[in-house]
Amino acid sequence: MPGSRTEERELVSALIALEDLTKHFGPIRAVDGVSMSVAKGEVLGFLGPNGAGKSTTMKMVAGFLTPTAGRAWVAGIDVVADPVGAKRQLGYLPEGAPSYGDMTARGFLEFIAAVRGFDGSERGHRVDEVVEKVAIADVLHQPIDTLSKGYKRRVGLAQALVHDPEVLIMDEPTDGLDPNQKHQVRTLIQDMAADKAVIISTHILEEVEAVCSRAVVIARGRILADGTPADLLARSRLHNAVRVELEPDAIVAAREALSGIMGVEAVEEMDGVNGARALRVVPKDGRSIAVDVGAMLSTKGIATHDMYTEKGALDEVFRQITTAPVDEVAADA
Amino acid sequence: MRNTAIIFKRELRAYFSTPLAFVFIVIFLAITGAFAFYVGNFFERGRADLHAFFVYHPWLYLLLVPAIAMRLWAEERKSGTIELLMTLPISTVEAVLGKYLAAWAFCAIALALTFPIWITVNMLGSPDNGVIGAGYLGSLVMAGAFLAIGSCISALTRNQVIAFVVAAAVCFLFTMSGLDLVLDFFRAWAPDTIVEAVRQMSFLTHFNAVMNGVIDLRDFVFFASLITLWLFINVVVVDLKKGT
Repeated sequence: MPGSRTEERELVSALIALEDLTKHFGPIRAVDGVSMSVAKGEVLGFLGPNGAGKSTTMKMVAGFLTPTAGRAWVAGIDVVADPVGAKRQLGYLPEGAPSYGDMTARGFLEFIAAVRGFDGSERGHRVDEVVEKVAIADVLHQPIDTLSKGYKRRVGLAQALVHDPEVLIMDEPTDGLDPNQKHQVRTLIQDMAADKAVIISTHILEEVEAVCSRAVVIARGRILADGTPADLLARSRLHNAVRVELEPDAIVAAREALSGIMGVEAVEEMDGVNGARALRVVPKDGRSIAVDVGAMLSTKGIATHDMYTEKGALDEVFRQITTAPVDEVAADA
Repeated sequence: MRNTAIIFKRELRAYFSTPLAFVFIVIFLAITGAFAFYVGNFFERGRADLHAFFVYHPWLYLLLVPAIAMRLWAEERKSGTIELLMTLPISTVEAVLGKYLAAWAFCAIALALTFPIWITVNMLGSPDNGVIGAGYLGSLVMAGAFLAIGSCISALTRNQVIAFVVAAAVCFLFTMSGLDLVLDFFRAWAPDTIVEAVRQMSFLTHFNAVMNGVIDLRDFVFFASLITLWLFINVVVVDLKKGT
């Protein structure tokens, strides 16, 4: 429990701060004591299986749900004590990007800008700016109900950005977008990131690698891992594993030779490209073994088609973390 | 206040961006006219007043006002826009008031469009326009009370049909509570003071007084406090149920 005054001040000075945030729905602990803080310039990827508590946590920070226990601050403002003040600092994209379908995109954004306190020409200016940012100019005068999923999502995104908030929380911002649109939204997030604190939830792991400076994995309402995407990758069993492609008849010899290297945990055989075979040399504790593997193969005179080091797979780490029994992982983290 | 006005404008515009406003107003005008002329015997009465017109308003509102009110919150919850609305920097009170006032203004527009009947009665004779004014005012305030009940009940569910049926039933109780149908139920077991209290809750009693041109402040206090009470419950319900 971070009780000391300095720690509390640090929490409050971060743009987003959560302290022991908890939400119960009847007997279900949807969020169970989540603490973290996000500073300016950070893009935090919130990862977790469905029902892990991602959306519930975000809804509490956005002031939609009242926490059962714990506190949360947005730009230093307590979300329970001053909900309207906190909401002013925040841009929030709810899950599914809901909007008023009978309004035109323009009408909807004008409405949001009005609620955000912009009047007259400033309002029009703000809307124009954000329309350009998310590239929806060509559907501006259509009712939102008639738009495709991708456009609807971008209208939702525009709604969250109209007041250029310092704190941005987006629940699955790229869900339902095609690969081009995904790329566009990710670029947009990265461009804005420097002077904002951003939280995005996703279960697309490549997205975390692409845009996030930090990843938090949550399951059953608890934080199980918190680090950079590279940190998470390093947890992979396959981190620094070396994949070697060979002629089928060289397999047995190669396998024997590679198993003998110090620091090798296992050598696995798998299918290679164009009928070739491949071996995956898995290191102990993710140590770097590429040089040793190369040296060993050339010593034994075994020819290779290809050889490269694997970074590890985020989805594998994700599975590993989120399916382990809670106590074990908690001790690990 | 500023936020209430913004919500009010958005909501009122929303009525007219769909066929809802058109359908509602046409049907409201058709039925008020039909009741006044055929059931109320507007001409046969041979009197220059709008009694035959106003007397059916409580019964019309019983069906039509819950139809307006049912979507107020149930639709927001069903479509998820409530999460958008309640994470904007506005308070629940501002949101409830803005939506309620927009619905009420819509009722006022529908009611105002019955003006031809007022012109008609003025051409046929010389009615007491003060009484007619009181009738319109009473009708509008009563619609507001029905609407407050409907808005509150709409926040309890995400199903608009349930919101409509329950609101219509509650409105029915409030309308009828001056009649023996409801009072006998209470007479059987409740002391006289309670029976009298229930009788005082009747929309009919209060509306009939105003409709006949007797502007008693107490009737307006009754409707005003009823509206305030239901809207207060509405705010509480929205806060409690928004996340479920």
